[in-house]
Amino acid sequence: MKWRAAAGFALGAVVLFGVAPAVLSDFRLSLLAKYLCFALVAVGIGLAWGRGGLLTLGQGVFFGLGGYAMAMHLKLADAGEGNLPDFMELYGQLDALPWWWRPFANPVFALAATVLLPMLVALALGTLIFRRRVRGAYFAILSQALAAAMVILLIGQQGTTGGTNGLTDIEGFFGYDLDDPVNQRMVYFIIAACLLGLLALVRQLMHSRYGELLVAVRDSEERVRFLGYNPATVKLVAYVAAAGMAGLAGALFVPAVGIISPALIGIVPSIEFVIGVAIGGRATLLGPVLGAVAVAYAKTTLSERFPGAWIYLQGALFVIVIAVLPGGLASLARLLRRQPHGRLEHP
Amino acid sequence: MTVVASQLFTGISIGAVLLLIALGLALTFGQMGVINMAHGEFIMAGAYTTFVLQSAITDAGVSLLVAIPVAFAVAGAMGVLLEFLLIRRLYARPLDTLLVTWGVSLLLQQLARDIFGAPNVQTRAPEVLTGNTRIAGDLTMANNRLFILGLVVLAVAALTVALRLTSFGRRIRAVVQNRDLAAVSGVPTARIDRLTFFIGSGLAGIAGVALTLLGPIGPTMGTNIIIDAFLVVVVGGIGHLRGSVIVAFVLGVLQSSVEYLTTLSVAKVAVFVAIVAFLQWRPQGAFTLRTRSLA
Repeated sequence: MKWRAAAGFALGAVVLFGVAPAVLSDFRLSLLAKYLCFALVAVGIGLAWGRGGLLTLGQGVFFGLGGYAMAMHLKLADAGEGNLPDFMELYGQLDALPWWWRPFANPVFALAATVLLPMLVALALGTLIFRRRVRGAYFAILSQALAAAMVILLIGQQGTTGGTNGLTDIEGFFGYDLDDPVNQRMVYFIIAACLLGLLALVRQLMHSRYGELLVAVRDSEERVRFLGYNPATVKLVAYVAAAGMAGLAGALFVPAVGIISPALIGIVPSIEFVIGVAIGGRATLLGPVLGAVAVAYAKTTLSERFPGAWIYLQGALFVIVIAVLPGGLASLARLLRRQPHGRLEHP
Repeated sequence: MTVVASQLFTGISIGAVLLLIALGLALTFGQMGVINMAHGEFIMAGAYTTFVLQSAITDAGVSLLVAIPVAFAVAGAMGVLLEFLLIRRLYARPLDTLLVTWGVSLLLQQLARDIFGAPNVQTRAPEVLTGNTRIAGDLTMANNRLFILGLVVLAVAALTVALRLTSFGRRIRAVVQNRDLAAVSGVPTARIDRLTFFIGSGLAGIAGVALTLLGPIGPTMGTNIIIDAFLVVVVGGIGHLRGSVIVAFVLGVLQSSVEYLTTLSVAKVAVFVAIVAFLQWRPQGAFTLRTRSLA
């Protein structure tokens, strides 16, 4: 099966690097860049939820940590050495940069923080939760409560986080002007490369011994424990990896879209990440990617013209896909082919 | 001293509303293991019921009293419908139920927006409930909060009596403790599940009536408060009502006192940290049914 994976990978590279930039207008291409960021989050959710059974309803937190880390650095770079970012002067309560902003002036620190900060938070929370065998719905609720707390915290500290508005009007990206379409194209290529690279990594992970163990933990945690493994560690790896991917996605989202705000990372967007994964096929590698892109595309197209209709459609998707087709569209293809092992792999 | 007492009272009244919502969740989660994200929209349904009744009856006091049983019935009926159409098909997949009911909650919110409009609406409180009552010295308590507290005490008492002394209450407890054994003993578990859903959702409807006294009514009013209520269930444990009762009041007081000392945003984070710390000590929640099962 190895050549098939390689062929699929090559096809993906051709589509993302060759076809899409050639056919799509600059505007469409930057939209696609945004969708691919959501797809990055979805790959992580597919790993944690589809393979590991960890329904994480708080990926927005990690997306936001990555996004804010990146945006803080870019804001500081935009403002120039020694100046405060524009919004801080606007709200006017500060005469000096808060201490926790200072390290983000260093580009290396900021870039590392976009991925490591979410992973550290996930590591701390995951260790505490999984070690005590808090799981299932309890874990889902806690992850959602984390998203709620994070948003309220960001909004409450308006003077240093930009509050409800978030961090906006980001102009430069490590010396490149983001208004220039050529540089927007570069950002798109970076995002596409990250997505392809991570897909290859996650595929390796899924097919490794660890990947088998993760599925085993999802399907029968107690048996895995009796076999001598520690399910807490297995789950922790998937959760931290998913958090890192969400953080990277958030960091790339900022130059692609030019804003990060609480509205993009709260309870509602966090659970919206999940629906794309469910539609595509939660336990597959590519399903989450395609599902996330399709949902994001449908949202942009529909919600502009018929905002009410989009919400009805979204609600109906949650109900119908998850109740009727828990394996997502990926399982539909298999059901139609009527293969003997066409039974849902993991309902 | 007065400050402490009045903060305590505010905390208790926050906890009281939380308790009404969490009781319904604890009942359904304890008995069927499902997380109903649309529970928040039953609160909204109760609140809009109050609004509609007040437009029809006009007298604020009468309409409020009428709204309590009507909201219970409306929200309860919605709960039964949801259970019958969707949830009972998904009992084997609790996490999927969570996502399906989230979809239902989106649908209900948009429905409310289409019927009542996107902006918030408001009800008038009856005059008796707008003032304050002096308890002792400088200590005063808002009448609407006292009314809510009384309402919650009544509801919890009624629920306790129903669960302890009636035959259907005994059946509910039997199903919670051991579903299979209850079924072979002749308890109609499917019907009992539906009844539990009716009661649990109805309590959310009553919570909706109470919330109209505290703030505006809007399509998304249920979303934020529902998470706090879920946390009450997670910390309180399932299978015992007293877990929810104690935890709801503790969380309410904790939240309001931290908020008084610092800010709302810090209070939310502090409560979350406190909950994770508490789960280190008691991962199954404060009170739980003792079983021999591993899961």
